[in-house]
Amino acid sequence: MTAKSVGGARVERADEDDDGRDGEAGGVGAGFAKAGDFAVAGPRRAPFGDPLVEFLLRLGDDRLILGHRLSEWCGHGPILEEDIATSNMALDLIGQAAQLLRLAGEVEGKGRDEDALAYFRDAVHFRNCLMVEQPKGDFGYTTMRQFLFDAYSVLLWEALVGASHEGLAAIAAKALKEAKYHLRHSSEWVVRLGDGTEESHARIQRSLDELWRFTGELFERDAVVEGAARAGVAVDLEALRSRWDAIVRDVIDRATLTIPADVVMQSGGRRGRHTEHLGHLLATMQIVARSHPGAKW
Amino acid sequence: MAARAKGAPKRAAATDGAAAEAAWPLWEVFTQGDQGKPFEHAGSLHATDAEHAMQNARDVYARRGEAVNLWVVPSSAIIASAPGDAGPFFDPGNDKAYRHPQFYKVPQGVRVF
Amino acid sequence: MATTKKSPPPADDPALVAAFEARIAAGESIEPKDWMPERYRKQLTRMMAQHAHSEIVGMLPEGNWITRAPSLRRKLSLIAKVQDEAGHGLYIYCGTETLGVERDELVAQLHDGTAKYSSIFNYPTLSWADMGVIGWFVDGAAIVNQTVLAKASYGPYARAMVRICKEENFHKRQGYEICATLAKGTPSQRAMLQDAIDRFWWPSLMMFGPSDKDSPNSAELLKWRVKRKTNDELRQRFVNLTVPQAQAIGVTLPDPDLTYNPETKNWDFGEIDWDEFWQVVGGNGPCNKERLAARNAAHDEGAWVREAALAHAAKQRRGTEAA
Repeated sequence: MTAKSVGGARVERADEDDDGRDGEAGGVGAGFAKAGDFAVAGPRRAPFGDPLVEFLLRLGDDRLILGHRLSEWCGHGPILEEDIATSNMALDLIGQAAQLLRLAGEVEGKGRDEDALAYFRDAVHFRNCLMVEQPKGDFGYTTMRQFLFDAYSVLLWEALVGASHEGLAAIAAKALKEAKYHLRHSSEWVVRLGDGTEESHARIQRSLDELWRFTGELFERDAVVEGAARAGVAVDLEALRSRWDAIVRDVIDRATLTIPADVVMQSGGRRGRHTEHLGHLLATMQIVARSHPGAKW
Repeated sequence: MAARAKGAPKRAAATDGAAAEAAWPLWEVFTQGDQGKPFEHAGSLHATDAEHAMQNARDVYARRGEAVNLWVVPSSAIIASAPGDAGPFFDPGNDKAYRHPQFYKVPQGVRVF
Repeated sequence: MATTKKSPPPADDPALVAAFEARIAAGESIEPKDWMPERYRKQLTRMMAQHAHSEIVGMLPEGNWITRAPSLRRKLSLIAKVQDEAGHGLYIYCGTETLGVERDELVAQLHDGTAKYSSIFNYPTLSWADMGVIGWFVDGAAIVNQTVLAKASYGPYARAMVRICKEENFHKRQGYEICATLAKGTPSQRAMLQDAIDRFWWPSLMMFGPSDKDSPNSAELLKWRVKRKTNDELRQRFVNLTVPQAQAIGVTLPDPDLTYNPETKNWDFGEIDWDEFWQVVGGNGPCNKERLAARNAAHDEGAWVREAALAHAAKQRRGTEAA
């Protein structure tokens, strides 16, 4: 046994390399090719996977993560009636997510079902937008996020009802009805909180200010959106955006609120570049499933 | 956070001028179980206005597909008969056999009437 | 001139009491506006409030696992179940409102710690298996209690109970299905299940309340058909129902005295730790403080929301009147 001094401390090394070459086999470079054997210059961005699978994951993950956030309210709502309403929305969204992830798994064809996708992917493999993963905040924040998302969701499902992909069109037809009710519920609350008391007005205005930076991501076009369109799942995000603007402005006006100006938009969720909140959400969500590999529940 | 001590002052008044927190009004919910069926009383709930009463009724009393239509009515709008009136109100209806078809005889040979 | 004094509550007219008791004896249902003895109103309010509080506090131990449910199917059914509990609490609070007691008044009593609720919810939920065992034991015990209450004399309570019983059946089946799945699962799943059973068995037996000999309210409640069976009768019925279900999935119940009595056709069981029971009822259970704190926090943090809805409605009304 030899002893080496590292940074002044003595470190015992139990087994020295046979050939005595320090820092090769046992060191940092162990097992790697020598420099020069490969091109070190990589792509700026990892290429997208199958666009239809990616598109379905985006739809499914948005709803799974938002449903999860809503379910955190269960038992903690501002009044019993609203506790029940919030749970209903969580159930609708997680139900939609289960269907969408199942379909994504089928299209992917690697034998992953909805639970494998929900419980055994890491944060960087989730494709939800950043807005839905933000912590639930107060009831105003939850309500404003729900409203901004619901308006988007209704328009998206309206577009997807006509998708030539039959499986997705069927999911869209059912989800559209649910989303319409969610929008009615959340928009009525936005108006009540905006127009209610001074405190409620200030709180929900603050939530709108904080959330606005995540709205741009909802309408971003990229290779996945274009690829999905070629696979029979076309959404005209530009048209959707202007209709969304109209809905949002109408409700925000009635709620006597103001859309913040000059906001720098944040995005990245669609490529797995999330905020730090998602990892903690998943740590909670996945802990039981991952602690018992191979178990059935 | 600690439980509020008994008798501790309630939350400060709302800015709208309301005093200590007021309760949301009570509403009665009626559900129609299927097309063409009568509306039946399902229960009550709290809401501040008709739209919210309707939404809450949907979420509380129709989440298992129990209804195809809903009515919501402010509880204060329901006028109920008084128990003391039960005798004069309802007993006289009990001995009017001639209001029921069984009171009338049909000749024996007529099988379907 | 006599000084005006606060008059004592009028004693119930014996003739009215007799007529009321005759109606009860005839199996009639008492409706909100009917005359009823003050004691009946009080006992009913107390019992219904306790029941409603139990549903609401009961959302917390199970809500604790919603975010960790190990499959999407389980997550959905757990949310639906906890949501139902909110519904049940709501139905019963509405029933008390027909007795002239506002929900807010009862909720305030819950929040300041003066009202009681089922002591079972003061135990922590420590593993996923607890979701199965609570459904199986706690909802099973609740069904035993409530099936009888559905025939209670007070109409609004009985009607709420009919609706609740229908919904609770799904809860119990869901719980038992979780247990059966774990029982067939990996060694660690089976161990998780047995541990949960060992923790929840005795508290579940305590759910039926003190033994008949220590139950001060029972006689009166039975006379007025607010209750239909005694605590001990219901407890025995629960044990008799549950033992074969435990045998069917191959788990043990933590009671060495558990034996079948061929004479009475009952499963005899050991003595309940009544000291523990009274400790938990008295507010010193493992989670009493946490449960009340969580309910208070939800209520306090929701105050601005409730106020806003009221304020908006008031503005709308003023707007309509002005127009």
